[in-house]
Amino acid sequence: MVVRRFFQLILLLIGISFLVFTSMYIAPGDPAAIIAGPTASQADIDAIREDLGLNDPFLVQYGRYMNGLLHGDLGYSYQTKQPVWDAIATRFPNTLKLAIASIIVAVIIGVVAGIISAIRQNSWFDVSSTIFALAGISIPNFWLGTVLILIFAVNLQLLPVGGLDAPFYTAEGLKQLVLPAITLGTGSAAMIARMSRSSMLEVIRADFIRTARAKGVRERTVIWVHALRNAMIPVITVIGLNFGFLLGGTIITEQVFAINGVGRLMVQAIAARDFPMVQGSVLLVATLFVLVNLIVDIIYTFIDPRISYD
Amino acid sequence: MTETLLRVENLVTTFSTAEGKLSAVRGVSFSVRKGETLCIVGESGCGKSITSLSIMGLLPSNGAVESGSIEFAGRDLTKLSKEELRRIRGNEISMIFQEPMTALNPVFTIGYQLREPLMLHQKLSKQEAHERGIELLKQVGIPFPEKRMKQYPHELSGGMRQRVMIAMALACHPSLLIADEPTTALDVTIQAQILDLINDLKQKLNMAVILITHDMGVVAEMADRVMVMYAGEKVEEGDVESIFANPRHPYTKGLLQSVPSVDDEEYSLEPIPGTLPSLNEQIDGCRFHPRCPFATDQCRAASPPERTISVSHSVRCWLEEGVHNDERVKAATS
Repeated sequence: MVVRRFFQLILLLIGISFLVFTSMYIAPGDPAAIIAGPTASQADIDAIREDLGLNDPFLVQYGRYMNGLLHGDLGYSYQTKQPVWDAIATRFPNTLKLAIASIIVAVIIGVVAGIISAIRQNSWFDVSSTIFALAGISIPNFWLGTVLILIFAVNLQLLPVGGLDAPFYTAEGLKQLVLPAITLGTGSAAMIARMSRSSMLEVIRADFIRTARAKGVRERTVIWVHALRNAMIPVITVIGLNFGFLLGGTIITEQVFAINGVGRLMVQAIAARDFPMVQGSVLLVATLFVLVNLIVDIIYTFIDPRISYD
Repeated sequence: MTETLLRVENLVTTFSTAEGKLSAVRGVSFSVRKGETLCIVGESGCGKSITSLSIMGLLPSNGAVESGSIEFAGRDLTKLSKEELRRIRGNEISMIFQEPMTALNPVFTIGYQLREPLMLHQKLSKQEAHERGIELLKQVGIPFPEKRMKQYPHELSGGMRQRVMIAMALACHPSLLIADEPTTALDVTIQAQILDLINDLKQKLNMAVILITHDMGVVAEMADRVMVMYAGEKVEEGDVESIFANPRHPYTKGLLQSVPSVDDEEYSLEPIPGTLPSLNEQIDGCRFHPRCPFATDQCRAASPPERTISVSHSVRCWLEEGVHNDERVKAATS
């Protein structure tokens, strides 16, 4: 199964590389003109175009790119001349840190709130968690992030305004993570909460829950052991998808909190028509997304013995 | 006479719904003696399952025992705390359900589910519970019990799963087993095996059984005594011989006549006309009168009292009170 999925991953990445390469090729804006600067002459621009190989036919350019890719070479940034791989490698840890912190926040809040909502259906807790979830999904990240900065960093001065340069195991590093993780995790927490609630509501009506109670199992165990494991199967899917989005979708939050991550790198690269950089980051995000979902599929088999890929 | 194990008095179980409070069980009284099998018979929705869930304290969240008492081995179960009731469940009173396919937790091994009541109620260690679990599986006739302990429910057939349910229910040697239509979802051949198994274990363990069924064939095979329920009420109760030989309530007669017979070629199936009233239907008088071929004005006006036919046979029907026209009854029942 894993082998088959690995081949699927490769095919998918070839497809993505083609799409990204094509969209960059047909996108307006000449990278050579941007590199040369506003005062450069047409001759300079042409020289740069020639130098970058931009005058070659599309298929030749794509072939050259793919050839590099096969040798593990993502190319060089048009802007900084730095290898794309190095640029991503220095920024990716920040993105990963943020995504992991956010998904932890989202899973803890989402699963706990969803389950309490389900076992106390229609209680004040359930109603208010529904309202919070709706708000959490609806509020845009840039707004939430800005408001959090205003309250906790500017007014109360409890947490830093931005940055994510300190190591995460230090107090400073953790402090830096709090606001962006909440900003980014809120939407996912809301989705996970809704999913946990509905999944749990379905499971606690199941016959085997009645069996567990009939055996005299403690109510706590009935919910957190017998029901939870069954209810988690659809929730894991949502968590996986959200984590995938977080790995690639941190662009806005990275901007708001001035975090030097892959999201920011991508935005800057697109603005500068830095094709190799855009392609490299998109490929990275796509690969991670597919890998996360592959891991989710593998986790299923541990949670639900009925699922097997043999 | 042997000791009474369970005595249910005037049990009223209600459900709060959008349409108000509805009574699913309306003042039912019965008792079960040690080692005895009581069959509760009636159509789906007559309150027999709700009666058993009331005993177990497992009613759905909108259901509650409104009044009455459930005395089990000297304690009134309706007065116990949730925690006290939990310690009785699966320990002194066990229950098995209709649907073996969904009654076991799909994500835990048979072994885990079997060890659970043993470790919980009898405080066995995991290893002891495991060994005891293997013995239990052997006892309910499951081949390769060591292997089964490691398997998941989806790897077992329906009949095997029901055997596992029985093993689980019997794990702590309960004095009362409630079996809610344990064979309805199974193939006919498996049905007979499961019923034999229950009968067998009941005798070995000297356990009382409440068997809920709508199948008069199952009743004939299993019951010591029979209680017939209709629309939340008990309409007739007696030992199995007198119920089959001398059914008094028109509903009981109807149930017996709707059992097919292959021996008698002249025999024609006679369905009971109409359907069971819904919980919110208001019926004055005897609750069976709209479907009863012998209904009189008396039946429409007032609810009949319980009348004792013999020491072990009672019925609630105005026909027993002498208001009926004898000839009409004879004509209709012959």
